[in-house]
Amino acid sequence: MRRLIPAALLCVLLSATARGDEPIRLDIVDYAIPKSLTGAPGNAEAGKKVFLTRTLGNCLACHQVSALKSEEFHGEFGPSLDGVATRYNTAQLRLIVADPKRIFTDTVMPAFYKNDGLNRVRPEFVGKSVLTAAQVEDVVAFLETLK
Amino acid sequence: MSIRYGSLAGLATAALVLSAVATSGEELERKGIPAPPGHVFQTIISGYQFRTKETRALQDDDLENPGFLAVERAADVWKTVDGGEGKSCMSCHGEAEKTMKGVGAAMPKWSEKLNKPVNLEQQINICRTEHMKAEPWAFKSKELTDMTTFVRFQSRGLPVAVKTDGPMSPWFEKGKEIYYTRVGQLDLACASCHEKNNGKFMRADFLSQGQTNGFPTYRLRDQRLIPLHERFEGCMFDVRGVPYKPLSDEFLALELYVAWRGIGLPVETPSVRN
Ligand code: HEC
Ligand code: HEC
Ligand code: HEC
Repeated sequence: MRRLIPAALLCVLLSATARGDEPIRLDIVDYAIPKSLTGAPGNAEAGKKVFLTRTLGNCLACHQVSALKSEEFHGEFGPSLDGVATRYNTAQLRLIVADPKRIFTDTVMPAFYKNDGLNRVRPEFVGKSVLTAAQVEDVVAFLETLK
Repeated sequence: MSIRYGSLAGLATAALVLSAVATSGEELERKGIPAPPGHVFQTIISGYQFRTKETRALQDDDLENPGFLAVERAADVWKTVDGGEGKSCMSCHGEAEKTMKGVGAAMPKWSEKLNKPVNLEQQINICRTEHMKAEPWAFKSKELTDMTTFVRFQSRGLPVAVKTDGPMSPWFEKGKEIYYTRVGQLDLACASCHEKNNGKFMRADFLSQGQTNGFPTYRLRDQRLIPLHERFEGCMFDVRGVPYKPLSDEFLALELYVAWRGIGLPVETPSVRN
């Protein structure tokens, strides 16, 4: 954890992760998630790492970002994320990362904060989301820097 | 239902521009064959067309193509007696160059005896166990992949010509259903990558139509020939899904359906891929 989280909240988070099989319920209002998934703001630097790491966000598999030009291999499945923070507000970006199918029906972009309703999931990932709530917040904070 | 926010109109334009850039030039280079009416693609394109010049050159040169070692090995095994009946493949089938011509292009085929389709690997093992009284070869074993490559090589250049009607049709439908079903934690279907996004990069991977005309295919990364069902397994595993078992009914159905998606493409076995 790279930021201070009140101890009580941390306990809640950890126990939520431990009981990984409980389905995640998103607090969606008007095609957006206004509230932080952790109750705290994310960290953009950490989010950049999550964004790039192949076993985590691996967002560059599908997107291009000019600010990350030094990274090799930008994918072409999705649009460039340059200026994405001017197109969407934080609450919208949070839903796009957490569960993009709520907005882009039938998209190929995976939901990063969803742990049920999936088909033939490998046992080590059953009941788990691709990213944790904190990692989603970090990625959202990073997306906020793409103005 | 796709436009939720005002700014999405801008996204659509951006995506259009992007795909126009991504497909220019290279697309023209990728030759294919016109698809029959009612097919999902307009042009059916072999995976060969999506690979680099270097990889293609390796496939084009029979002396350089590492897949040919398998063809040579299996050509010897073809003539080698094995099993309780004291027979070799040749005892029953004679010269493979003649009797096996076209066989690999038409697999999987309906088997009256088993009342289901069989693919090349399965037929070879049926011959071993039933006709030769020999042990079946394990899936992914060098022996089975070599022989599969050898038999399919006898169809090189001939068009993929699977039958999908009659008793095959429920299998075809099953395969189609699997092809379009999203699986795994990443929730992607075969179609998400090979239908919607072929011709695009997914990070370092340049996506093809996922055609099967080159199988078994020599993969430079693995330094060996990869049978088709292992490729299917890999694609399902990568989206964090539980793959079906090699030679399962599900993969047989998928093999039939995907072969149809490449109907008319020349068999390229042994092809070379990165
Ligand atoms: C497998 C492909 C894939 C991956 C991986 C992926 N995306 Fe996407 N993303 C897409 C596609 C495709 C779209 C366009 C939406 C659609 O399908 O209509 C999109 C849209 C978006 C948008 C909206 C962009 C706009 O301008 O409208 C954002 C923001 C976004 N993705 C962020 C991310 C982040 C952050 C990650 C990683 C945590 C990620 N994506 C991973 C494919 C992907
Ligand atoms: C997340 C993306 C993705 C998904 C989903 C996917 N594949 Fe693939 N597949 C690839 C990549 C990357 C390659 C290697 C590059 C290429 O040939 O397209 C590949 C290669 C293949 C090939 C070899 C093509 C050749 O010419 O050698 C076949 C066949 C194939 N896939 C079939 C399938 C089937 C069937 C499914 C569904 C069960 C599937 N794929 C799902 C990404 C995917
Ligand atoms: C004793 C006879 C016999 C031997 C030995 C034998 N086969 Fe067969 N093979 C058959 C018969 C009979 C069929 C027709 C299908 C069936 O009854 O299984 C067949 C069918 C095939 C087919 C499908 C042909 C088609 O037109 O679809 C292939 C491929 C094949 N055999 C390969 C082999 C290989 C490889 C070997 C050696 C490892 C082998 N066979 C050994 C009898 C034999």
